[in-house]
Amino acid sequence: MVNSRQFLTGSEVFVRAAIDSGAGFMFGYPITPASEILSGWINSGKKYLQTEDEIAAGFALCGAVLGGEKAFTATSGPGNILMQDGLSMAEGMRLPFVMVAAQRGGPSSGTVIYSQQEVILSCFGGNGEGMRFVYSPSNLSELYKFTRKAFNDAWHYRFPAIILTDGYLLKTKGVIDFAKIGEIKNISPRALVPKDSVVHWPNIYTFEEELYQEIKLAKDDFEKVAEDIADCESYQTDKADILLVAHGIVGAAAKEAVDELRKKGINAGLFRPITLRPLARKKLDKIAGQESVKKIVVVESSLGQLARIIRDQIAPEICAEFAYMQYPGLGIETEAIVDFVAGLRVVSGEI
Amino acid sequence: MNDNNQNSPSKFCAGCGHPIVLLALGKTLEEMGLSKQAVLGLDIGCSLLAINFLPINTFHTHHGRVSPTMVGFKKARQDSICLGYTGDGGAYAIGLQSLLHSAKRDEPITVLVVNNTVYAMTGGQTAPTTLKGQKTITDPDGCKNAPILGPELMRQVADPKAFLARTAVNDIKQAREFIKKAIETQQAGHFSLIEFLSFCPTNWRTKGQETLEYLENLKKVFKIGVI
Ligand SMILES: Cc1ncc(C[n+]2csc(CCOP(=O)(O)OP(=O)(O)O)c2C)c(N)n1
Ligand code: SF4
Ligand SMILES: [Mg+2]
Repeated sequence: MVNSRQFLTGSEVFVRAAIDSGAGFMFGYPITPASEILSGWINSGKKYLQTEDEIAAGFALCGAVLGGEKAFTATSGPGNILMQDGLSMAEGMRLPFVMVAAQRGGPSSGTVIYSQQEVILSCFGGNGEGMRFVYSPSNLSELYKFTRKAFNDAWHYRFPAIILTDGYLLKTKGVIDFAKIGEIKNISPRALVPKDSVVHWPNIYTFEEELYQEIKLAKDDFEKVAEDIADCESYQTDKADILLVAHGIVGAAAKEAVDELRKKGINAGLFRPITLRPLARKKLDKIAGQESVKKIVVVESSLGQLARIIRDQIAPEICAEFAYMQYPGLGIETEAIVDFVAGLRVVSGEI
Repeated sequence: MNDNNQNSPSKFCAGCGHPIVLLALGKTLEEMGLSKQAVLGLDIGCSLLAINFLPINTFHTHHGRVSPTMVGFKKARQDSICLGYTGDGGAYAIGLQSLLHSAKRDEPITVLVVNNTVYAMTGGQTAPTTLKGQKTITDPDGCKNAPILGPELMRQVADPKAFLARTAVNDIKQAREFIKKAIETQQAGHFSLIEFLSFCPTNWRTKGQETLEYLENLKKVFKIGVI
């Protein structure tokens, strides 16, 4: 057997996950930091098309999945904006559109490595209601696992699925132990436009009521599957005083910060949403609703995009105060989180 | 806009050219024994009204996005006959970049462009094919520039084996001949595009014979034949 432990970059991990998921085709347009996924895929000898822009990549992806091919795209920042066009069609027609959004700093062309500013765009971009699955892995092994899951969930439940990561994680090189992840079974793709019968499949309607019925059906389905899909990590949250909320690689730093804070005698815990759409709201309410929780500190590399989602979804009766640590487009390290939280306690006179 | 015919099986206005193109397509596919393999992607424009016009697999895409969608479909199902059905606005304005690159890469799809020289669905605004001097909602004093000649433009970038042609809805025999040739070209692995000069009495504000004369007049600018 080959060694189950391998030393890989995030991009390589993603490509491996896409291959293991049974994906057969990639559509893409080069953009840092997602380009290495395209080249990695090509170097693996897999089928691909470099399109004229991200709009074409998105629609070609819609076409391929309509034809029954497990396919995907990868993009970032300005490309993620253009991709929302095809994603909107995918949302309207419930297509298993799988995409990696490798966040880069914004607005505009911004920077290319570190950012969590594509949260709202990835969750709610387009003119729909955000009926898509969005996974935010915090390390290489989660990147692998949730990419596999994204393909499966997209084809099983027929919703678009986005793996939301960033330039930093894609460039990170580390050891990943596939044996620890274990075996994951693939959901087979099927021809959405059938081969042996005829469909007339609209995405534009004459009457408001027709569209309303479609949206309602999608909403009901989305809510039903939310129970299965919604995922999070809860770390040291039992009777925590201070609840950190962070996702992706900032979530990884926040987890370490919890340990450091506890060493200092600060009773911190972490709620780390792994899916941003749908959010594990029941779990969040349970954790944040504990009497012990005095403060909810949302930490993110953006000016409040995660906070917006958390505040929107958390049960209204939860009365812990919110605090925000926001560094848009900047890396956030463990020490900075520790200092920030310790500082909060000084300000509120608790230390 | 097209709401004068809500209850009839065809949603197109009376005298519209779209149904003529669609019937020619349906008949040709049937004759070639390809109705089952055929997949018709619709651009948004009056093209969208074709959703249940033919007994073949049909779906809507977005305005300007039918060609990349069919490119993707063809990658997934190489034995399908991929047909992108679009207006002149969808083809040569918002969708031009993708159309040009599909031709440049010689993607084996067939694009059918219904050229009525206006944005018909949205009420008669200027299209990339609007004639110089033609008055529209957005060019009340007449359009100032010459129209884009689609197939001729594609010829600049397309493979020599690509089939590019223009015909008109008042010559069904030629229309069907070209459709057959275009599909054969796709089967041989190459790009094909046919532009159909088509009636839009609603936005041209013409009746009967006038509509026909209007179309004939277009042929002076848009040359009929293989390009
Ligand atoms: C992205 C986008 N922009 C604008 C529109 C509005 N729109 C719908 S159809 C159309 C023009 C259609 O013109 P054409 O492609 O020539 O088709 P026709 O209706 O003339 O057959 C426009 C601008 C849209 N649906 N989507
Ligand atoms: S193209 Fe013109 S005539 Fe035909 S349906 Fe549209 S508005 Fe009516
Ligand atoms: Mg038109």
